[in-house]
Amino acid sequence: MLASTCVMAAGTPLETMTMASAKDIAAEEFSAVVTKHRPQIFRFLLSSTRDPDLSETLTQECFLKAHRNWASFRGESSAMTWLMRIAINLQKDHWRNRRLQFWRQTQTHAVSLDEASDWLPSGERSVEQQMLAKERVRQVSKAVEGLSERQQTVFLLRYVEEMELSEIARATGLNEGTVKAHLSRAVARVREKLGGKR
Amino acid sequence: MSFKDKAGEESVDGEFTDELGGLAEAVSDFRLSIHAWSDAALSRPRTEVETGRRRVRGLAIGWTLGCVLVAGGLSGGIYEHLHQQQLAHIAAVRAIEQQRLVAQEQLRHEEEDLLAKVDSDVSREVPTAMEPLAQLMAEDETQ
Repeated sequence: MLASTCVMAAGTPLETMTMASAKDIAAEEFSAVVTKHRPQIFRFLLSSTRDPDLSETLTQECFLKAHRNWASFRGESSAMTWLMRIAINLQKDHWRNRRLQFWRQTQTHAVSLDEASDWLPSGERSVEQQMLAKERVRQVSKAVEGLSERQQTVFLLRYVEEMELSEIARATGLNEGTVKAHLSRAVARVREKLGGKR
Repeated sequence: MSFKDKAGEESVDGEFTDELGGLAEAVSDFRLSIHAWSDAALSRPRTEVETGRRRVRGLAIGWTLGCVLVAGGLSGGIYEHLHQQQLAHIAAVRAIEQQRLVAQEQLRHEEEDLLAKVDSDVSREVPTAMEPLAQLMAEDETQ
Protein backbone atom coordinates (compact mmCIF):
# COMPACT_ATOMS: atom_id res chain seq x y z
CA MET A 1 0.00 0.00 0.00
CA LEU A 2 2.78 2.31 1.04
CA ALA A 3 4.78 1.38 -2.04
CA SER A 4 1.92 2.11 -4.44
CA THR A 5 1.32 5.48 -2.82
CA CYS A 6 4.96 6.29 -3.37
CA VAL A 7 4.77 5.31 -7.03
CA MET A 8 1.63 7.39 -7.56
CA ALA A 9 3.10 10.32 -5.73
CA ALA A 10 6.14 10.12 -7.93
CA GLY A 11 4.09 9.75 -11.16
CA THR A 12 1.48 12.46 -10.61
CA PRO A 13 3.54 15.61 -11.21
CA LEU A 14 4.97 14.21 -14.42
CA GLU A 15 1.50 13.20 -15.70
CA THR A 16 0.04 16.59 -14.77
CA MET A 17 2.90 18.32 -16.52
CA THR A 18 2.45 16.24 -19.69
CA MET A 19 -1.30 16.83 -19.74
CA ALA A 20 -0.88 20.54 -19.13
CA SER A 21 1.66 20.88 -21.91
CA ALA A 22 -0.55 18.85 -24.26
CA LYS A 23 -3.43 21.17 -23.45
CA ASP A 24 -1.25 24.19 -24.06
CA ILE A 25 -0.15 22.84 -27.42
CA ALA A 26 -3.75 22.06 -28.41
CA ALA A 27 -4.86 25.54 -27.34
CA GLU A 28 -2.07 27.15 -29.35
CA GLU A 29 -2.94 25.02 -32.36
CA PHE A 30 -6.58 25.92 -32.11
CA SER A 31 -5.80 29.58 -31.66
CA ALA A 32 -3.77 29.48 -34.88
CA VAL A 33 -6.66 27.78 -36.68
CA VAL A 34 -9.08 30.49 -35.50
CA THR A 35 -6.77 33.28 -36.63
CA LYS A 36 -6.27 31.65 -40.02
CA HIS A 37 -9.80 30.57 -40.89
CA ARG A 38 -12.09 33.05 -39.12
CA PRO A 39 -12.25 35.52 -42.04
CA GLN A 40 -13.20 32.81 -44.51
CA ILE A 41 -15.89 31.26 -42.28
CA PHE A 42 -17.31 34.72 -41.56
CA ARG A 43 -17.27 35.59 -45.28
CA PHE A 44 -19.13 32.42 -46.24
CA LEU A 45 -21.74 33.01 -43.53
CA LEU A 46 -22.07 36.66 -44.51
CA SER A 47 -22.65 35.84 -48.16
CA SER A 48 -25.18 33.15 -47.17
CA THR A 49 -27.12 35.06 -44.51
CA ARG A 50 -26.42 38.64 -45.67
CA ASP A 51 -26.58 39.67 -42.00
CA PRO A 52 -23.26 40.82 -40.45
CA ASP A 53 -24.47 40.45 -36.84
CA LEU A 54 -25.87 36.99 -37.43
CA SER A 55 -22.73 35.96 -39.32
CA GLU A 56 -20.60 37.13 -36.40
CA THR A 57 -22.71 35.11 -33.96
CA LEU A 58 -22.69 32.00 -36.13
CA THR A 59 -18.93 32.31 -36.67
CA GLN A 60 -18.42 32.39 -32.90
CA GLU A 61 -20.71 29.40 -32.46
CA CYS A 62 -18.82 27.58 -35.18
CA PHE A 63 -15.47 28.03 -33.42
CA LEU A 64 -16.99 27.21 -30.05
CA LYS A 65 -18.31 23.94 -31.45
CA ALA A 66 -14.98 23.29 -33.15
CA HIS A 67 -13.13 23.96 -29.88
CA ARG A 68 -15.33 21.50 -28.01
CA ASN A 69 -14.69 18.83 -30.63
CA TRP A 70 -11.09 19.74 -31.41
CA ALA A 71 -9.81 16.58 -29.72
CA SER A 72 -11.98 14.43 -31.99
CA PHE A 73 -10.80 16.17 -35.17
CA ARG A 74 -8.65 13.50 -36.80
CA GLY A 75 -7.34 15.57 -39.65
CA GLU A 76 -8.89 13.36 -42.34
CA SER A 77 -9.99 16.51 -44.11
CA SER A 78 -8.39 19.94 -43.79
CA ALA A 79 -9.33 22.06 -40.79
CA MET A 80 -10.93 24.51 -43.20
CA THR A 81 -13.24 21.87 -44.69
CA TRP A 82 -14.15 20.64 -41.21
CA LEU A 83 -14.91 24.18 -40.01
CA MET A 84 -16.91 24.89 -43.16
CA ARG A 85 -18.98 21.80 -42.55
CA ILE A 86 -19.79 23.01 -39.03
CA ALA A 87 -20.65 26.46 -40.40
CA ILE A 88 -22.98 25.02 -43.06
CA ASN A 89 -24.78 22.92 -40.44
CA LEU A 90 -25.11 25.88 -38.09
CA GLN A 91 -26.53 28.01 -40.88
CA LYS A 92 -29.02 25.24 -41.79
CA ASP A 93 -30.06 24.85 -38.13
CA HIS A 94 -30.52 28.59 -37.85
CA TRP A 95 -32.93 28.76 -40.80
CA ARG A 96 -34.75 25.64 -39.68
CA ASN A 97 -35.28 27.12 -36.20
CA ARG A 98 -36.37 30.40 -37.73
CA ARG A 99 -38.99 28.62 -39.84
CA LEU A 100 -40.27 26.80 -36.75
CA GLN A 101 -40.39 30.05 -34.79
CA PHE A 102 -42.61 31.73 -37.38
CA TRP A 103 -44.61 33.35 -34.58
CA ARG A 104 -41.54 35.17 -33.40
CA GLN A 105 -40.95 38.70 -34.61
CA THR A 106 -38.29 38.41 -37.26
CA GLN A 107 -35.63 40.88 -36.35
CA THR A 108 -33.04 40.47 -39.00
CA HIS A 109 -30.46 42.84 -40.29
CA ALA A 110 -30.17 40.99 -43.55
CA VAL A 111 -29.54 43.14 -46.54
CA SER A 112 -29.83 42.28 -50.17
CA LEU A 113 -26.71 40.71 -51.65
CA ASP A 114 -26.71 43.31 -54.40
CA GLU A 115 -25.53 45.84 -51.79
CA ALA A 116 -22.25 43.98 -52.04
CA SER A 117 -21.75 45.71 -55.38
CA ASP A 118 -21.12 48.94 -53.43
CA TRP A 119 -17.95 47.31 -52.11
CA LEU A 120 -16.52 46.44 -55.50
CA PRO A 121 -12.91 47.67 -55.56
CA SER A 122 -12.39 50.18 -58.32
CA GLY A 123 -9.02 48.75 -59.38
CA GLU A 124 -7.71 50.46 -62.47
CA ARG A 125 -11.06 50.83 -64.18
CA SER A 126 -12.54 53.93 -65.64
CA VAL A 127 -15.73 55.31 -64.09
CA GLU A 128 -17.80 53.87 -66.90
CA GLN A 129 -16.21 50.44 -66.57
CA GLN A 130 -16.77 50.58 -62.84
CA MET A 131 -20.47 51.36 -63.28
CA LEU A 132 -20.83 48.48 -65.70
CA ALA A 133 -19.03 46.12 -63.34
CA LYS A 134 -21.27 47.20 -60.44
CA GLU A 135 -24.35 46.56 -62.52
CA ARG A 136 -23.05 43.10 -63.41
CA VAL A 137 -22.37 42.34 -59.75
CA ARG A 138 -25.88 43.47 -58.85
CA GLN A 139 -27.34 41.12 -61.45
CA VAL A 140 -25.23 38.18 -60.28
CA SER A 141 -26.18 38.89 -56.65
CA LYS A 142 -29.88 38.89 -57.47
CA ALA A 143 -29.50 35.67 -59.42
CA VAL A 144 -27.61 34.03 -56.52
CA GLU A 145 -30.30 35.12 -54.06
CA GLY A 146 -32.85 33.35 -56.24
CA LEU A 147 -31.03 30.00 -56.09
CA SER A 148 -32.15 27.14 -53.86
CA GLU A 149 -30.37 26.83 -50.50
CA ARG A 150 -28.13 23.99 -51.66
CA GLN A 151 -27.32 25.53 -55.04
CA GLN A 152 -26.48 28.80 -53.31
CA THR A 153 -24.16 27.08 -50.83
CA VAL A 154 -22.35 25.18 -53.56
CA PHE A 155 -22.09 28.27 -55.79
CA LEU A 156 -20.68 30.43 -52.97
CA LEU A 157 -18.20 27.78 -51.85
CA ARG A 158 -16.96 27.32 -55.40
CA TYR A 159 -16.83 30.84 -56.75
CA VAL A 160 -16.48 33.03 -53.64
CA GLU A 161 -14.45 30.72 -51.41
CA GLU A 162 -12.72 29.09 -54.40
CA MET A 163 -12.86 25.61 -52.93
CA GLU A 164 -12.15 22.48 -54.92
CA LEU A 165 -15.12 20.27 -55.82
CA SER A 166 -13.80 17.49 -53.57
CA GLU A 167 -13.54 19.93 -50.65
CA ILE A 168 -17.08 21.19 -51.28
CA ALA A 169 -18.27 17.57 -51.34
CA ARG A 170 -16.64 16.93 -47.96
CA ALA A 171 -17.92 20.17 -46.46
CA THR A 172 -21.50 19.66 -47.61
CA GLY A 173 -21.59 15.89 -47.14
CA LEU A 174 -22.64 15.39 -50.77
CA ASN A 175 -21.12 13.27 -53.51
CA GLU A 176 -18.78 15.03 -55.86
CA GLY A 177 -21.16 14.18 -58.71
CA THR A 178 -24.08 15.78 -56.85
CA VAL A 179 -21.98 18.87 -56.18
CA LYS A 180 -21.17 19.13 -59.88
CA ALA A 181 -24.86 18.77 -60.77
CA HIS A 182 -25.91 21.48 -58.29
CA LEU A 183 -23.15 23.75 -59.47
CA SER A 184 -24.03 23.27 -63.10
CA ARG A 185 -27.72 24.03 -62.40
CA ALA A 186 -26.75 27.07 -60.34
CA VAL A 187 -24.52 28.44 -63.11
CA ALA A 188 -27.25 27.78 -65.67
CA ARG A 189 -29.78 29.68 -63.57
CA VAL A 190 -27.40 32.60 -63.02
CA ARG A 191 -26.68 32.69 -66.74
CA GLU A 192 -30.41 32.59 -67.47
CA LYS A 193 -31.06 35.44 -65.03
CA LEU A 194 -28.37 37.49 -66.66
CA GLY A 195 -30.26 37.14 -69.90
CA GLY A 196 -28.11 34.35 -71.28
CA LYS A 197 -25.87 36.91 -72.83
CA ARG A 198 -22.93 36.52 -70.51
CA MET B 1 -7.06 29.06 -59.56
CA SER B 2 -8.24 32.59 -58.71
CA PHE B 3 -10.10 34.69 -61.22
CA LYS B 4 -8.26 37.83 -60.31
CA ASP B 5 -6.22 39.04 -57.43
CA LYS B 6 -7.48 41.85 -55.21
CA ALA B 7 -6.04 44.58 -57.38
CA GLY B 8 -8.18 43.33 -60.24
CA GLU B 9 -5.31 41.88 -62.24
CA GLU B 10 -6.10 38.85 -64.38
CA SER B 11 -4.48 35.62 -63.22
CA VAL B 12 -4.71 31.91 -64.00
CA ASP B 13 -8.44 31.39 -64.45
CA GLY B 14 -8.65 28.45 -66.84
CA GLU B 15 -10.71 26.19 -64.55
CA PHE B 16 -13.34 28.79 -63.70
CA THR B 17 -13.49 30.19 -67.22
CA ASP B 18 -14.24 26.69 -68.49
CA GLU B 19 -17.07 26.33 -66.01
CA LEU B 20 -18.51 29.81 -66.33
CA GLY B 21 -17.79 30.79 -69.90
CA GLY B 22 -18.87 34.40 -70.42
CA LEU B 23 -19.98 34.69 -66.78
CA ALA B 24 -16.41 34.48 -65.49
CA GLU B 25 -15.80 38.22 -65.29
CA ALA B 26 -19.15 39.01 -63.63
CA VAL B 27 -18.71 36.23 -61.06
CA SER B 28 -15.15 37.38 -60.42
CA ASP B 29 -16.39 40.89 -59.68
CA PHE B 30 -19.09 39.42 -57.46
CA ARG B 31 -16.40 37.53 -55.54
CA LEU B 32 -14.27 40.65 -55.12
CA SER B 33 -17.28 42.58 -53.81
CA ILE B 34 -18.13 39.89 -51.26
CA HIS B 35 -14.50 39.77 -50.09
CA ALA B 36 -14.37 43.55 -49.68
CA TRP B 37 -17.74 43.63 -47.89
CA SER B 38 -16.66 40.82 -45.56
CA ASP B 39 -13.34 42.49 -44.75
CA ALA B 40 -15.17 45.72 -43.94
CA ALA B 41 -17.81 43.96 -41.84
CA LEU B 42 -15.19 42.01 -39.94
CA SER B 43 -13.23 45.09 -39.00
CA ARG B 44 -16.22 47.26 -38.10
CA PRO B 45 -16.86 48.16 -34.46
CA ARG B 46 -19.02 45.60 -32.67
CA THR B 47 -22.68 46.36 -31.94
CA GLU B 48 -22.75 44.63 -28.58
CA VAL B 49 -25.05 47.18 -26.95
CA GLU B 50 -27.54 46.98 -29.78
CA THR B 51 -27.58 43.20 -29.68
CA GLY B 52 -27.83 43.29 -25.89
CA ARG B 53 -30.75 45.69 -26.02
CA ARG B 54 -32.53 43.57 -28.60
CA ARG B 55 -32.04 40.50 -26.46
CA VAL B 56 -33.31 42.30 -23.35
CA ARG B 57 -36.32 43.61 -25.26
CA GLY B 58 -37.04 40.15 -26.64
CA LEU B 59 -36.74 38.65 -23.16
CA ALA B 60 -39.01 41.32 -21.67
CA ILE B 61 -41.67 40.74 -24.34
CA GLY B 62 -41.40 37.00 -23.87
CA TRP B 63 -41.72 37.22 -20.09
CA THR B 64 -44.62 39.68 -20.31
CA LEU B 65 -46.51 37.43 -22.70
CA GLY B 66 -45.72 34.44 -20.52
CA CYS B 67 -46.94 36.24 -17.37
CA VAL B 68 -50.13 37.38 -19.12
CA LEU B 69 -50.81 33.82 -20.27
CA VAL B 70 -50.13 32.35 -16.82
CA ALA B 71 -52.24 35.04 -15.09
CA GLY B 72 -55.06 34.48 -17.60
CA GLY B 73 -54.90 30.74 -17.10
CA LEU B 74 -54.86 31.08 -13.31
CA SER B 75 -57.70 33.61 -13.13
CA GLY B 76 -59.75 31.49 -15.55
CA GLY B 77 -59.14 28.46 -13.38
CA ILE B 78 -60.02 30.32 -10.19
CA TYR B 79 -63.19 31.76 -11.77
CA GLU B 80 -64.23 28.31 -12.96
CA HIS B 81 -63.55 26.84 -9.51
CA LEU B 82 -65.60 29.56 -7.74
CA HIS B 83 -68.39 29.18 -10.27
CA GLN B 84 -68.49 25.42 -9.64
CA GLN B 85 -68.53 26.02 -5.88
CA GLN B 86 -71.42 28.46 -6.23
CA LEU B 87 -73.38 25.98 -8.36
CA ALA B 88 -72.69 23.22 -5.84
CA HIS B 89 -73.89 25.48 -3.00
CA ILE B 90 -77.11 26.35 -4.87
CA ALA B 91 -77.71 22.65 -5.63
CA ALA B 92 -77.16 21.76 -1.96
CA VAL B 93 -79.59 24.45 -0.79
CA ARG B 94 -82.16 23.23 -3.31
CA ALA B 95 -81.72 19.63 -2.16
CA ILE B 96 -82.18 20.62 1.50
CA GLU B 97 -85.29 22.64 0.60
CA GLN B 98 -86.65 19.67 -1.38
CA GLN B 99 -85.99 17.33 1.53
CA ARG B 100 -87.72 19.77 3.90
CA LEU B 101 -90.76 19.98 1.61
CA VAL B 102 -90.91 16.19 1.28
CA ALA B 103 -90.68 15.81 5.06
CA GLN B 104 -93.39 18.44 5.56
CA GLU B 105 -95.64 16.72 3.04
CA GLN B 106 -95.06 13.39 4.74
CA LEU B 107 -95.89 14.89 8.13
CA ARG B 108 -99.08 16.44 6.72
CA HIS B 109 -100.10 13.09 5.26
CA GLU B 110 -99.42 11.35 8.55
CA GLU B 111 -101.51 13.92 10.44
CA GLU B 112 -104.34 13.59 7.94
CA ASP B 113 -104.25 9.80 8.21
CA LEU B 114 -104.26 10.00 11.98
CA LEU B 115 -107.21 12.39 11.98
CA ALA B 116 -109.09 10.19 9.51
CA LYS B 117 -108.44 7.14 11.67
CA VAL B 118 -109.56 8.97 14.76
CA ASP B 119 -112.69 10.14 12.92
CA SER B 120 -113.53 6.64 11.75
CA ASP B 121 -112.88 5.17 15.19
CA VAL B 122 -114.99 7.83 16.80
CA SER B 123 -117.79 7.46 14.23
CA ARG B 124 -117.97 3.70 14.69
CA GLU B 125 -118.42 3.92 18.44
CA VAL B 126 -122.08 4.82 19.02
CA PRO B 127 -123.16 5.36 22.61
CA THR B 128 -125.28 2.48 24.04
CA ALA B 129 -128.23 4.72 24.77
CA MET B 130 -128.49 5.61 21.11
CA GLU B 131 -128.25 2.05 19.72
CA PRO B 132 -132.02 1.60 19.10
CA LEU B 133 -131.99 4.85 17.14
CA ALA B 134 -129.00 3.66 15.15
CA GLN B 135 -130.77 0.42 14.29
CA LEU B 136 -133.73 2.40 13.04
CA MET B 137 -131.48 4.54 10.89
CA ALA B 138 -129.96 1.40 9.41
CA GLU B 139 -133.42 -0.02 8.60
CA ASP B 140 -134.47 3.23 6.91
CA GLU B 141 -131.37 3.10 4.77
CA THR B 142 -132.15 -0.52 3.64
CA GLN B 143 -135.74 0.44 2.72
